[in-house]
Amino acid sequence: MAVTAPPVRPVRPVPQVITDTVVKPRQTKRWVEWVTTTDHKKIGIMYLVLTFVFFLLGGIEALLMRVQLSVPNSTFLTGERYNELLTIHGTTMIFLFVVPIMAGFGNYFVPLMIGARDMAFPRLNAMSFWLLLFGGIVFYCTLFFNPPEAGWWSYPPLSSIQFSPSGGQDAWIFLIHLTGISSLLGAVNFYATIANMRAPGMSWGRLPLFVWAILVYAILLIIAIPVVAAAVTMLLTDRHFGTHFFDPTAHGAPVLWQHLFWFFGHPEVYIMILPGFGMISEVIPVFSRKPIFGYKAIAAATVVIAFLATLVWAHHMFASPLPIVVMGFFMLSSFLIGVPTGVKIFNWISTLWRGSLMMTTSLYFAIGFIAIFTIGGITGIFLATFPVDWQLTDTYFVVAHFHYVLMGGAVFSIMAGLYYWFPKITGRMLNEPLGKLSFWVMFIGFNMTFFVQHALGLSGMPRRIYTYGPGLGWSTYNLISTIGSFILGVGILLTIINVARSLRVGKIAGPDPWKGNTLEWFTPSPPPPNNFDVIPRVRSVEPMRDIRRQVERETGVTQKTGGSERFARV
Amino acid sequence: MASAVAVALLLAPAAFANFITPKAGGSPNANKIDSLYKIILYIAAVVFMIVVGTLVYSMFKFRAKKGAVAAQIHGNTRLEVSWTVAAALILVAITVVTFVKLGGIINPPNSNPGVVLSASTTQPTPPNGKQVTICVQGRQYIWRYTYGSGCLNNYFTNKLPYSYQEMEAPAGATVVLDIQSTDVIHSWWVPSLGGKVDAVPGYTTYTWFKALHPGLFHGQCAQLCGRNHAAMTALVNVVPPAQYQAWLNQQQRLITQANDRVGALRQYLTQSGQL
Repeated sequence: MAVTAPPVRPVRPVPQVITDTVVKPRQTKRWVEWVTTTDHKKIGIMYLVLTFVFFLLGGIEALLMRVQLSVPNSTFLTGERYNELLTIHGTTMIFLFVVPIMAGFGNYFVPLMIGARDMAFPRLNAMSFWLLLFGGIVFYCTLFFNPPEAGWWSYPPLSSIQFSPSGGQDAWIFLIHLTGISSLLGAVNFYATIANMRAPGMSWGRLPLFVWAILVYAILLIIAIPVVAAAVTMLLTDRHFGTHFFDPTAHGAPVLWQHLFWFFGHPEVYIMILPGFGMISEVIPVFSRKPIFGYKAIAAATVVIAFLATLVWAHHMFASPLPIVVMGFFMLSSFLIGVPTGVKIFNWISTLWRGSLMMTTSLYFAIGFIAIFTIGGITGIFLATFPVDWQLTDTYFVVAHFHYVLMGGAVFSIMAGLYYWFPKITGRMLNEPLGKLSFWVMFIGFNMTFFVQHALGLSGMPRRIYTYGPGLGWSTYNLISTIGSFILGVGILLTIINVARSLRVGKIAGPDPWKGNTLEWFTPSPPPPNNFDVIPRVRSVEPMRDIRRQVERETGVTQKTGGSERFARV
Repeated sequence: MASAVAVALLLAPAAFANFITPKAGGSPNANKIDSLYKIILYIAAVVFMIVVGTLVYSMFKFRAKKGAVAAQIHGNTRLEVSWTVAAALILVAITVVTFVKLGGIINPPNSNPGVVLSASTTQPTPPNGKQVTICVQGRQYIWRYTYGSGCLNNYFTNKLPYSYQEMEAPAGATVVLDIQSTDVIHSWWVPSLGGKVDAVPGYTTYTWFKALHPGLFHGQCAQLCGRNHAAMTALVNVVPPAQYQAWLNQQQRLITQANDRVGALRQYLTQSGQL
C-alpha cells in the first residue's frame, strides 16, 4: 500500500483500524461493483439477501400447503399442485436457503473471525455465489412450465421418465448439480481459508467455535455432495439415456437410490445445523459475559457429529426392505449421535449458568433455539428406535421432528446470528423491542404449527397427502397448525420490517456494540475492504476480550462500547 | 411447556390416547410398539424437564443485575465426562429395551386355536407354521388384496379370491401380508395393526398382524406415490373367522360369476364380429 508509515500514536480507548490515505479506485457504477465483486463481505451479503428471498418463497409455498390442509376435503389446491408445492418447498428450503445461508454467514464472518483479509480464493468465491443464483433461477423457471412433483427426495420409480415425464424433474436434477458445485467450491474455499489464513497465534485450539462449525460444514459438504451428484446423474441417464440403475423392470434397484440419496441426505442435515450450533456457541458466551463452557468438548462434539453423520443414513429407510441387523446398526449409530449433541446442549446451558445474562433479542433466539432443539433431538430418539419408527416414519410426527430441528433449530439460530451480526454488517443496530416481539410471535407461532403435528402423526396422518376426509380426528389439529403457521409468518415479517427500518434509522452501532469476543469486532462496522490494517496477535479463544482488557489496563479507562450498556445495566 | 408435558403424561391413558402415543389396540405388534414408545416417552419427559427446567431457571436467576459479575468458568472435566456417560447410559438402556421388545414386534404369535385356515411357507411365520396369507399389491392409487397361500406367484391364474381397497381378515388368526408394488413405491400402513412396510417394485416385503377383536381399521398409503396419493386409503375389516370364510366363498362365487359373464360376452362379441 502506498502510504507513509503512520506516526506513533497513543493507545486509543476503542480499538479500531486506523486507515490512512486511501486512494479511491476509479468510480464504477454500483451494480457493476456488486456483480464483479470478489470481496468476501459483499459476496456474503449477496448470499444472505438471496437466500432470504428464497426463504420467503419457500415460506409462501408452505403457507399455501397449510391453507389447503386447514380443513378436510379442501379444494384450494389439486393433488398435482400440492405435490409441486411440497417438492419446491423442500428443495428451496434445503438447497436454496439453509445450506447457502450458512455459506453466507461463513463468507462474511470466517475471514473476519480468523483475522484474514479475504477468502483464500476470492474469485472462486464469487463463482460459488453466481452458481447458486443460476441454480435457483433454473429451478424457479419451472413454475412457468411443469414444476417437479416427485418430492425433494425424488424416489424412483416415481421420479423416472415413466411416472414423471415433465422437464421439471430434469430442472430439479440441474438445480442439484448447480447448487452442489456451488457448495463444493465454497467448501474447498472455506477449508483452504481456515487451514491457511488464520491470524498469528490462532492455533486450532483458539479457533472460534463458529469457524470450527464452518470447517466441519465444509468437510461434510466435500464428503456428501459428490454422492448426490452421482445419484442424480444416474437418475438423469435413467430418464434419458436408457440406463436402468433404478428401474425395477430391468433389474435396477429403487432402494439403491434411497441409499445414495440418504448417504448425502443425512450429512446434509448436519451441514444445515452445525453452523447454527456454531452461531449459538458464539452468541451465548458474549451475552452471558462468560467464556464458553467446555470449548474443547464443543469443538470435539462438532467433529464427532460429523463423523457419525456419515454412518446413520439408513434410519430414513426403516420401512424399506432392509435386514433387521442393518436396522439395528443404524439405530445404534443414530443413538450415538445423540451423545455429542446432548453434550453441546449441556455445555450451552452451563455457559448460561452463573453468567450475567444480557437479555438481547439474539440471546432470546439462542435460548429459544436450545428449548426447541431439545424437543427435536428427543423426538429423534423415538425415530431412531426402528420398531417405533415403523409407526412414525412418513407421518406428520416426522414433519414435526425435522421442523423442530431445521425450522426451530437452524432458523432460530440464523435469527440469533442475524440480530448479533447485523450491527457489524450494516453499522446499525436492529430495534430490540421489535426484535423481541418478533421472537415471541415466532416462538408461539412455531410451537403452535409444529407441536400438534406430533399428535397428527400419532393419530395416523401420513405426510404428503394433499387432503383428508373428516371424521379421522385430524381436522382440529390441522386447523391449529394452519393458524400457527400464519402467526409464525407474521413473526418473520416483523424481523423483515425491523431490518428494513433499521437499515435507515437504526442506532449507529460502533465497532463493538456487544463487547464481543472475536476478531470481527476489532474492525469498524461495516468493515472496510480487506478488513484489517493490522492483524492482532491471538493469545486465547477470546482475542477481542484480551485486546479490550489490555486497553483498559494501559489507559485505565473502562471500555464503553456502542450500545451494550442499554442491556447490561452495570 | 414442561408442566404441559407433565399434565399430558398424567392424562395419557385416557384423553390423550393418540395425542402423545401412537395408535394401537388392534394387534399385538402395534401394542408392543406402543409400549416401547411409552418407555422412551417417560425417559424423554424426564430428560426434557431437566434440560428445559435448568434453562428456564438460569434465564431468570442469572439475568444481568447491578453488581453481578459473571463467574469466569472455562469448564469442568469431571462434570462433562459424567453427563456424556449419563447420556450414553440412557441410550444403552433404550437399546436394551428395544431389543427385548423386538421379538414380539417382528415375530408373529400362533393363531388362536380353532381359527387356522391355511398353512404357508412364506416369512414371517408363527411358531406352528400356520397362518392366513394375504398378498397386498400396491398400484396407483389402490391396494389389491389376494387371499390364500400361493398368492404371491398367482395373482390371476390361481383363481384366488381378491378384493380392492377393503381387506377382510379373520379375528384371532395370524395374518401374514406379502407386500408388492406394480409401479412406484407405496407404503402399507394400518396404524392400529402395526407399523409401515414399503411396497417397493422389484421387492417383496412382509408384515403380519393378529387382530385381537373384530372391527374396521383405517389405513393409508404412507409413501408419496403420485398426484392422487391422498386417495390411496386402505380399510381392514376384521370379522369372526366363520364370517371370513363365508365372505371368501361369496367373493369367490361373485368373481367366478363375473368372469363367466365376461367370458360369455367376449364369446358373443367375437362371434358377432364386433371384437
